[in-house]
Amino acid sequence: MSDTSPLANLDQQRDDLIRQIAEIADFATLREQEPLLIGKRSILTTLQRTLGQLPESERKEAGALLQNARRLVEERFAERFTQLENLERAAQLEADRLDLGDVIASAVRVPISVGHPNLVASTQRELEDVFVGMGFSVADGPEVESDWYNFEALNIPPAHPARGMWDTFYVDLGEPETVVLRTHTSPTQIHLMEAAVKTGEPRIHAVMPGRCFRRDTPDARHLAAFHQIEGLVVDRGITFADLAGVIETFTRAYFGPEISSRLRPAFFPFTEPSAEFEITCTICQGQGCRTCSQTGWIELGGCGMLDPAVLEAVGIDGREWSGFAFGFGIDRCAQMRHQIADMRALIENDARFLRQFS
Amino acid sequence: MKIPLSWLNEFIEITETPEQLREVFDDLGLVVEGVELTGQDIDAVLVAKVLEIHPIEGADRIRRVIIEAGEGPLEIVCGAMNFEVGNHVPFAPIGAVLPGNFEIAKRVMKGITSNGMLCSARELRISEDHGGLYILDELITPVIGQRLVDALGIVPDVIFDISVEGNRPDAWSIEGVARDLGARLSRSIKSPALATPNGAPTKDVAKASITATGECGRLTVSIIENVFVTSSPTIIQQRLINAGMRPISNIVDASNFVMLELGQPNHPYDAAKVSGKSLGVRHAVSGETVVTLDGVERPLAKAGRGLGDSGVDVVIVDGADKILGLAGIMGGDESGVSDTTTEILFEAAFFDPMTIARTSKRHGLRSEASARFERGVDPELALRATARFVEILKLSCPNLVWRSEPLDVRGELPAVPVIELTEGDVERLLGVKIDAAEVARLLRAINFTVTESATGFQVSPSTARLDVRSGAAGRADVIEEIARLYSYLRLPRRVPTWAEPGGLTKVQKLRRHLRDVVVDLGACEAWTPTLGSDADFELLDNSERVRVTNPLASEESVLRNTLITGLVRAWARNLERGTGDLILSELGNIFLHPSVASRPRPTKGGVAGSVTLSLPEERERMTVVLGRIDDDATTAVAFAKTLFNRLGLADVVLRTPTLVPLGVHPTRVAEAIDRISGASLGFVGEVNPNLLLALGIPEGRRLGLIDLDFDAVADESKATRVSSEVTVPSRFPSAMIDLAFVAPDSLHADDLRHSLYEASDKVENVELFDVYRGAALGDGVRSLAYAIRLTSQEGTLSESDLANLRSQLIEVGAALGAQLRAQ
Repeated sequence: MSDTSPLANLDQQRDDLIRQIAEIADFATLREQEPLLIGKRSILTTLQRTLGQLPESERKEAGALLQNARRLVEERFAERFTQLENLERAAQLEADRLDLGDVIASAVRVPISVGHPNLVASTQRELEDVFVGMGFSVADGPEVESDWYNFEALNIPPAHPARGMWDTFYVDLGEPETVVLRTHTSPTQIHLMEAAVKTGEPRIHAVMPGRCFRRDTPDARHLAAFHQIEGLVVDRGITFADLAGVIETFTRAYFGPEISSRLRPAFFPFTEPSAEFEITCTICQGQGCRTCSQTGWIELGGCGMLDPAVLEAVGIDGREWSGFAFGFGIDRCAQMRHQIADMRALIENDARFLRQFS
Repeated sequence: MKIPLSWLNEFIEITETPEQLREVFDDLGLVVEGVELTGQDIDAVLVAKVLEIHPIEGADRIRRVIIEAGEGPLEIVCGAMNFEVGNHVPFAPIGAVLPGNFEIAKRVMKGITSNGMLCSARELRISEDHGGLYILDELITPVIGQRLVDALGIVPDVIFDISVEGNRPDAWSIEGVARDLGARLSRSIKSPALATPNGAPTKDVAKASITATGECGRLTVSIIENVFVTSSPTIIQQRLINAGMRPISNIVDASNFVMLELGQPNHPYDAAKVSGKSLGVRHAVSGETVVTLDGVERPLAKAGRGLGDSGVDVVIVDGADKILGLAGIMGGDESGVSDTTTEILFEAAFFDPMTIARTSKRHGLRSEASARFERGVDPELALRATARFVEILKLSCPNLVWRSEPLDVRGELPAVPVIELTEGDVERLLGVKIDAAEVARLLRAINFTVTESATGFQVSPSTARLDVRSGAAGRADVIEEIARLYSYLRLPRRVPTWAEPGGLTKVQKLRRHLRDVVVDLGACEAWTPTLGSDADFELLDNSERVRVTNPLASEESVLRNTLITGLVRAWARNLERGTGDLILSELGNIFLHPSVASRPRPTKGGVAGSVTLSLPEERERMTVVLGRIDDDATTAVAFAKTLFNRLGLADVVLRTPTLVPLGVHPTRVAEAIDRISGASLGFVGEVNPNLLLALGIPEGRRLGLIDLDFDAVADESKATRVSSEVTVPSRFPSAMIDLAFVAPDSLHADDLRHSLYEASDKVENVELFDVYRGAALGDGVRSLAYAIRLTSQEGTLSESDLANLRSQLIEVGAALGAQLRAQ
């Protein structure tokens, strides 16, 4: 390239720009200088315009050189930009510093706000209280479970068609499909029984509320996350009559004396005999309406006598001990009581919704 | 499973009304999900032929149609587009009243008179099809002017849509449902008409073999000659339609008919296309593929993702070892019957339910057959079903020949358990004594074998009930059958009692108290998503996260490790709606990946719980976001201090943290430390402005934040509680003195307060009331002014007592580097 070429001093011009960028010490200046360094007013842009004057043969090579220089300068600019921006933010945060140890709490004037308990949480509490009144304790369990606790110990072996009853979210841990987001609160039963069996006297009277997950596209009636409460009784001489009695007592205590329950045969792998329990339709008081498809009854949950296979899985001697389990949706109870048309309102956290509960 | 009442009536005499029958079904555990009436109110509908079709000017959605229904051409305006001249369609004349009380009247549209209506299948409640008119030509040989009900052989029918539970493979058939009703209603069951073989021995021309004996318990092969393909008689078509299946041709229809009626999935092959007229059942080997009827090529014998799935596939092969189909699930696309079929090779078999379940799941392939096989088809049903198939086929092919001695090869069949049922067993489980004769009657009615023994009964389930297990589990299964047939509604109720009182644990009570206090302090309790996006996670953290393998959407694929992001998002949406003047709180679990958790959770996992897995650590947090106008770190501090007080925590001090936690403003944060245990209980401060920026929240808003580790707060060795012993305030007057100290920034105002309080038992209370910084004081120090209340239980403090205490307090300050500020 000849000395008369407009790019004769390109290397130096490029290094000048890089040096200038490095010397700028604050973010505001850098932003201010941007047009001059890499923008419209940059020497690089000026040079770009001169390329047109070059003979065709040299234009391509010169263009490439200029492009290279620009790329280098722009890289440095971007680096410096991030650097100074971070410094700037750090400085801002530093300027914002407040020693919270020196805050005089009694001098802080805050408006009075009215708080509201969450509907699901208070429904859960009310349900727990009904069962506590009937002599139950309350047990909690984790939301991530192994396949063993969520399925296999509950008499649902891998690939069993009954698994189709639960659309399962699997967790990316260990071998495929070994860890799940619990699809029901039943794994807590297994934990309880395992712990109780170690005492030699596996007497359990507990309810287990908690959040569960099913791979169900949310709509007005379903959420992928929902809350269930499960009950478990293990003792000597427990029969199906006890189960039906507990369900009936609970139904009247929670829904009111005019609401009663009935059981009809169903299938759950972890109970035998199993039943679906229905309660008098709370909308029409059993007269028959659209909600209950004119039957006067609505389905609330499932229940049954503990399956011998489950007792065996946790090491409880089924000749000496028997028991029952039941479970139903907490959110569904809330929905029924408050006639919530769309369950998604429960997770939208709209203040206008939250403030309706006291 | 759709059960047409007319079909049911072939097996059992039903005298109940549909409403009564519905209740019986429900009480038997055959839950009725819907009742549909069909063939009602269509007596007036006639078969009409389309003579002409003309467009109507100015209307592109309706046409003028001329039809003939036996009484001369009629003009009709019709909106359907799926028919052409020459077609036969249902015609409702003027005055007809269609289902839904829909009366046909003369109408004038665009100046054209419509003298009736041409109908779709749905309008007549014949099927769900509403894609246009119900074209009759493919179904029957239509006769103009004939009543449609006569032409199609429609009788008014009631169709029950029954949900069949997983342990009721037998109820997935008309006969099985009838058997249940028979047991409940004490009515006998009629057997359907069955053909008998009449040709030369099958073995002369065909072969059958099983090498996969563990997976295929039985294979029967029949040869049916002298058949031809036509459409089924109307009665068969109508049955299939009412049961929710589309009629196709006589052979396919007969095959579906016996599956619906008796519950035996089966496969009719075109015998000419099956090499050697030979069927074999064997394991697929790795590298083999099959093209199933749906046109998909599927690789076989590949281990699946499912837990413990080694990839066993069983295939049907012909005499040349060519794969014809995936056993028990779906046939291949080449060997099926076609218009030219004249000889059928008919397969009816039994496959192991778990094998079918695994293969079906692994290939994502479900069919009517696989759904039945995976629940368990009666292994003894195969030849009876074949006889029924032939009988049905005879209706259209009266001259067919069914070769005698159908091939019948057996592999391993499930053993039929023998269950001991002693006298007390039923009462022990159900809480009611049921008469032994009644028990025997109920079980025998569903074909269980009941023999008396010294202690009670020995019971063997019918072969249709593979769900009934052996031993104790089998006893429970049998007792469930007794209870079900006896009626759950007749079982007694008893309220059990036990000695232990019910109640909540300390932690559960604390959880409730914490929520109450937070709400008392003005928070609305939220429920934010447990599952979030990678992008949301990365706003705060880049570490290993707990991920869902099969999320519904990528925005819901990562388990949260903080509640802050969710609450800030929820607040931001409220801000957009103009309801942002709000405190939001949530008590919920966060999840830490086992590789970053301090205490990952070991648990039993794997097949049969045989391995130990490390699960994420789940920690419970109470997070509060203060979003009212003017809320910031100081209001958060006031909120937090009140909260700690109400929780009965003895001494929580707010210190500058050594490590700034996720999502928190790095220079406006304090760590809540229990002074006695030294444990961290959480953080108080402001939400990091970078997070607000990233979530698109307008600049200038500050969000106060309290983020407590509930597990620590609940642990009394970490969060020290105030003593249950209280102090009765002194009856003597107290004195107030104010002391202002110039304290180095390194001295925490609360530590100084604490030391002043501890200085003497005469100090009743110490409260910081002023903090002052100024040039006059110098850098690195500030003035801390405390109001100190002094009192004594013994008497009124004298002037000299007060003076002594004052100097004592000043010395305490000095010992910590805080000098009394010059007045």
